[in-house]
Amino acid sequence: MIWGVLQFPGSCDERDALHACELAGDGARLIWHESRDLDGVDGVIVPGGFSYGDYLRAGAIACFSPAMEAVAEAAAGGVPVIGICNGFQVLCEAGLLPGALLRNVELRFRCHQVELIEEGTGERLSIPAKHGEGRYYAPEEMLDRLEANGQVAYRYADGHNSNGSARDIAGVRNEAGNVLGLMPHPEHAVDPLTGSTDGLRVFRSMEKAAA
Amino acid sequence: MAAKARVLIRPKEGILDPQGKAVERALPALGFEGVGHVRVGRLVELEAEDPERLPELCEKLLANPLIEDFEIQTL
Repeated sequence: MIWGVLQFPGSCDERDALHACELAGDGARLIWHESRDLDGVDGVIVPGGFSYGDYLRAGAIACFSPAMEAVAEAAAGGVPVIGICNGFQVLCEAGLLPGALLRNVELRFRCHQVELIEEGTGERLSIPAKHGEGRYYAPEEMLDRLEANGQVAYRYADGHNSNGSARDIAGVRNEAGNVLGLMPHPEHAVDPLTGSTDGLRVFRSMEKAAA
Repeated sequence: MAAKARVLIRPKEGILDPQGKAVERALPALGFEGVGHVRVGRLVELEAEDPERLPELCEKLLANPLIEDFEIQTL
């Protein structure tokens, strides 16, 4: 599987995402935000960072970029898309995922290893998180619907929800299941040297979704 | 001629606003007692040739209707 990794002005995790895709799949290439060219790409990563300086709201401007228009079309056709951190915010602003990300409780920028529980399997993952605006929010009835549809992908394990996310939600999927967004950074957990390779599971789970 | 307008954007009622809370907590130390319900939002000033389209513009870009309310004041 070949991944395309978007690159906006202000992205900062696209290189790690490329590296992770090379390890988890069969390769990856960068896609500049002004390009609509997704040729040869089987899946798309919207990486972390501060696209367009996070001006107005995180992801508010990036979601209207030409690359994101192409991603929205591809996603509608079933192509797997993973939004990580700022990428998650972009996908929510674009309407490809439900909900929104608000400032962390206590206004603290959190940078630490978190434990996640994969919904369905109950598998525990250790993955770094680093964000100031990662508090997942959706109205109660929307949260009920997400849970009923099995759209919650990852939750923070007990004691690891430091941003105040609703119902400990760390990651959600769209209804079709081919678009995933999460705040923690699986691309930073792909090498035993840095303590965990659990991030690879996240990429591979979406490869399975594509197959 | 373009019309001047001001758009006020604030967090929806019921949504925890940690910025507002932080400001609120800082006030007593400065001698300002009895100030509550502080909410921090954004102010956007603009000039629009077609002010009728401002609500649409606000919903699409300036505010996220899921988490924010907006108010347009034409000047």
